[in-house]
This record gives sequence, C-alpha cells and structure tokens, in this order.
Amino acid sequence: MPATSATTTGPKTSRPVRKQAAPGARNGPRGGRKREFTTRRGLLIAAFMAPAAIFVAVFTYYPMIAGSQMAFRHWDLNDLTNTSWVGLDNFHRVFSDPNWGTVLGNTGAWVIGSIVPQLVIGFALALWLRRRFRFRGVYQALIFFPWAISGFLIGILFRWMFNSEFGVVNDLLQKAGLIDEPVAWLADPHKAMIAVLIANTWYGVTFFAIMILAALQSVPDELYEAAALDGAGKARTLFQITIPYIRVTLVLTVLLRVIWIFNFPDLIFGMTGGGPNNQTHIVTTWMIKITQQGDYGKASALGLLVVAGLLLFTVFFLLATREKREVRS
Amino acid sequence: MIGKETAVGRAVRIVFLVLWLAFTVFPLYWIAITSLKAPGDIFSFPLAYWPEHFSLENYSELFNKADFGTYLTNSLIVATVAGAVATAISMLSAYVLARFEFRTKSALLTAALVTQMIPAFIALGPLYLLMTDLKLVDNRLGLILVYIAVCIPFCTVMLRGFFENIPDALEEAAMIDGLSRFAALFRVLLPVMRPGIVAAFIFNFVNCWNELFLSVTLMNSDANKTTPTALNGFISSFNIDWGSMSAAAVFTILPTMVLFAFASRHIVQGLTSGAVKG
Repeated sequence: MPATSATTTGPKTSRPVRKQAAPGARNGPRGGRKREFTTRRGLLIAAFMAPAAIFVAVFTYYPMIAGSQMAFRHWDLNDLTNTSWVGLDNFHRVFSDPNWGTVLGNTGAWVIGSIVPQLVIGFALALWLRRRFRFRGVYQALIFFPWAISGFLIGILFRWMFNSEFGVVNDLLQKAGLIDEPVAWLADPHKAMIAVLIANTWYGVTFFAIMILAALQSVPDELYEAAALDGAGKARTLFQITIPYIRVTLVLTVLLRVIWIFNFPDLIFGMTGGGPNNQTHIVTTWMIKITQQGDYGKASALGLLVVAGLLLFTVFFLLATREKREVRS
Repeated sequence: MIGKETAVGRAVRIVFLVLWLAFTVFPLYWIAITSLKAPGDIFSFPLAYWPEHFSLENYSELFNKADFGTYLTNSLIVATVAGAVATAISMLSAYVLARFEFRTKSALLTAALVTQMIPAFIALGPLYLLMTDLKLVDNRLGLILVYIAVCIPFCTVMLRGFFENIPDALEEAAMIDGLSRFAALFRVLLPVMRPGIVAAFIFNFVNCWNELFLSVTLMNSDANKTTPTALNGFISSFNIDWGSMSAAAVFTILPTMVLFAFASRHIVQGLTSGAVKG
C-alpha cells in the first residue's frame, strides 16, 4: 500500500503551507464563514463527512483498535481456546527474541539507507529539472513510472535482476570489469541489504524530486537576482537562499517518507522475503512473518511498537526543525 | 529565472539526467525483454539484451497454466469500482475540509494521518473476523468495501488540495443565482475539477490494482483472486518460474503505466498542491 501511505502529506502540510501562500491570494470567504454558525451549516458538514468517516471507522479504525488489544492478550491462531489477558508479556517476548537486535539494526539501516540517497538524488534531479528543456514533460512522465508499480512487484523485478546466476546486474558488472565472478547478491545479508536499498532508491527518488521541484518553482526570482547582485556564488545561493526557502517542504517530505519507508514491508517481502536467514527483516516484514506463524499477540505488540516509535520520531523531528520554520514566515 | 549555465554545468546536468533515465527505465525494459524470450532462452548464456527470437510462449503459458484472465478481470472490477466510489466519497469530505472551518477539523485530519502510521498487519486478523461476520470473505464486494476505506484518507487530502485552488467565488456566484450548495458543487465545481478527479481516480485505481496483503488475506478461492495474489503464488514455491512471472509482471504493470502516462501531470499536481503553493 505504498501510495496510501503517502497520504500523510496533506494533513501535516496544510498549516505551514498557508504561510507560504501569497498574501491576499485567498481572502474573504473563509474568514467570513467562520463566524456564520448555523445548524444548517453543521448538518451540511456532517452529511458530507459521514460517508468517508463511516468507511474509515468501520474498515480501518475498528480493525486497528481491535488488533491493538491483541497485543495484551495471548492470541495465537494455533490455540484459540485461550485468549486471556497477559499484560506486557507479548512485548517481553519481542524484546527477548534473538532476532530483535538484527531486526532493529536492519530497520535503522533500511530507513537511513533509503532516505539519504533518495533525498540527495531527488534534490539534484529537482535542481537540474528546474531549467526548461525540450521534452522535459516527457522526461518527468518517464521517471515517474516507478510510482505506478507496487512495492511487491518492484521487489520481484529486482530479485530477478540481482539473480546470482542469470541476473543482469552481475552480467553488466562483469562486462564492466568490476567483478570477476558472479556475486550471490541475495544470499549474503550485507549484499542483500544493499540490493534492497538500491531497489528502494529506484522507487523513491521520484517522490522527492517532484515535491522539491514544485517547491523550487515557488522561490521568487527576485531572491536569486538579489543574491546574484550581492555576488553570492552557486553554493552560497543554494544553502542560504534556496534551502531555507523550501525548508518546510523538505522537512515535511522527509518526515512523510520516514513514516512511509518504515511501514513499507512490500519491497523486501517481494525481493528477499526477509532472507537469507532472517537477515534482511525489518520490523514490518518480521511482523508479517510472525503473523503468518499465527502469533497475533506478538505481531500486534510489534505493531504498537512501530506506532510508538513513529509518533516519537514525528514529535522530535518537528520540534527539532520547528524554530527555523517560524523564522521563515 | 536561474543564472546562466556554464558549458560544464550543462554537460554535467545532461549526463546526470540521461543516466538517471536509463537507470529508471532499464528494470522495466529488462522484465519486458525477459517475458518475450523463449522460456529456454531466459536461462542461457550469454544473456541476450535483444533476443534473436521473440516468443510469446511465456504469455500463452501464463494463460494456460494459471487462470490469469480471471485474476485480471477481478483486479479490473475491484479497482474500478473501489476507485470510483472512493473518489466520489472523498469529493464530499474534501470539499467540506477545503471550504469550512469547524471544531473537529484538525482531529479529523490527525485521524487521517494516524492511519498511515499503523502497520496494516495489525488490522488483518480483526478485519478477517469482521468480514466473516458480514459474510464478505472471499467476495469481491468485501474487498471493494475495504479498498474504499483504504483509499479515502489520501484521496480526500489530494482532492482538498485541488478544491483549495479553486476560488470560492465560483460556487458563491452559483448559490446567489439560487442553486443549493449541493447543486453548485455538482454543476459548477465538478467541471472545473475534472483534472483533479481524474488524477484522484487513477491514483485510487492504481493503489487497489497493486494491493497485495489485504487481497491475500480476504480472497482464498481461485475464482476471486486478484493479480498481485497470483504473482505472490508464483513465488511461494521454491523455484520461481521466471518466464510466467515476467509475463505476469508485464500484464500487471502495463495498465497502470498507461494510466500514469495519461495523467502524470495531474497526479503530480495533486501530490504537490497540498504541500507546496507557489
């Protein structure tokens, strides 16, 4: 469900955005309507919101809340006669699992190793796409294609390309003289992690590129002209004009992508299935494995740990980047 | 807009853009080429980057061996209906969120954000039980209902961005002319919103078309499986049949790629309009 996870943009973004919008672009009606409070208006809001709210409540929230309480129960598909409350036992079983350390380390490597190259390459692409050229529209459409493909299928595409015997990656590397013998990419934990990170970079760069490009296009030309008049070089302009100006977009895009990459078992599931020997499991793929073993209690505990981790991260990340955002407006 | 470009800068830019394009397109090219090789040629050296003999054998194999036509039909029905209904429902919620200020608004938006933080797998067990109670397990309608709920949060946010770009004056004028708000929405705003609606629908469609884990959980009979479930079936055995797999992958990717090519500009606009205004 990669794209759905992308959702996060909206709600979080909307507030800082308004500051960025041109003053006076949208005056009047919103302020005016705020004061007008009638039952009719309330009914209209309720009626328009109801279908969406009911669907999400019944098919998303209800199962999620029901699933969360399993984290505090003995809940095993292999033994459904006993679903008693067990307190924090499931969490204890997660922490004492021999795989926990590896999974945690992998998750960190997966998130950081995905975010950094995606941000850097995406930023570079956006800078280079800022200048108009013929076929720029076609170019953008072409590099957007990875977004049409599911994470699971991307895993499969790269699993085939990284195949140790008949994979095209080994063939190309041998032709280029970079390796002498075929490399068993997906059989070695470190190389497998590198391979899944390459696949995720292939997939994720575009999102950064389009978000940053859109932000770059909102930087007023006068700022660049002023910088040029002051004799600022390219690097200085980039770090002192461009980056501060698009800070809000950068912060929110990174935040959204971290949440999303964390919750993105699809690619690894399709590419390595967490193998070899559980060595490429991240928290969410490990959760799939535990679910498949029927141990819903332990899997739910893991899920709640993911939520707690992401909430903590969101709060810290927004706090750490907040001050500078206010300076901007 | 940006300073003059030096010759070196231009060369670097072009080389980088070309390399990235090649890197992006190559995996798609490679799976397509693999699918068009005769099954035996896939596993022969040296690897052919342009096969001497093209063959459709993998495709005929795919439709003979697995009931791939049925899976494609199921995916098409589920993704179209769920995508369309989710778009319609999200239009209403997006409209309200774009045009009104009310007390529960930020709570609703936070609720949408939180759905993104919770791993889907935590909900699968209870969802299965719920669908069992509703007698909607292994039923296309059941999957459609779940997919609608999955699509709504993002679709609402995306459409809200589009609504905010349309001046309020438009429907106000219509309402002064005596139309109800509902009528104003449909007769005046809908036509203006068409690109946004198309983009939102395509986004929903692609999401549902690609969805794997919910489908695997809810659909167990062969007659009701969707294509990602079938692809998953190909890898559960020890040896992956890369011939059929590549053909199936092409069939799964092609429709969504065509849709994206058709609407990528609007989708980009939808993704960025919430985050960036310029």
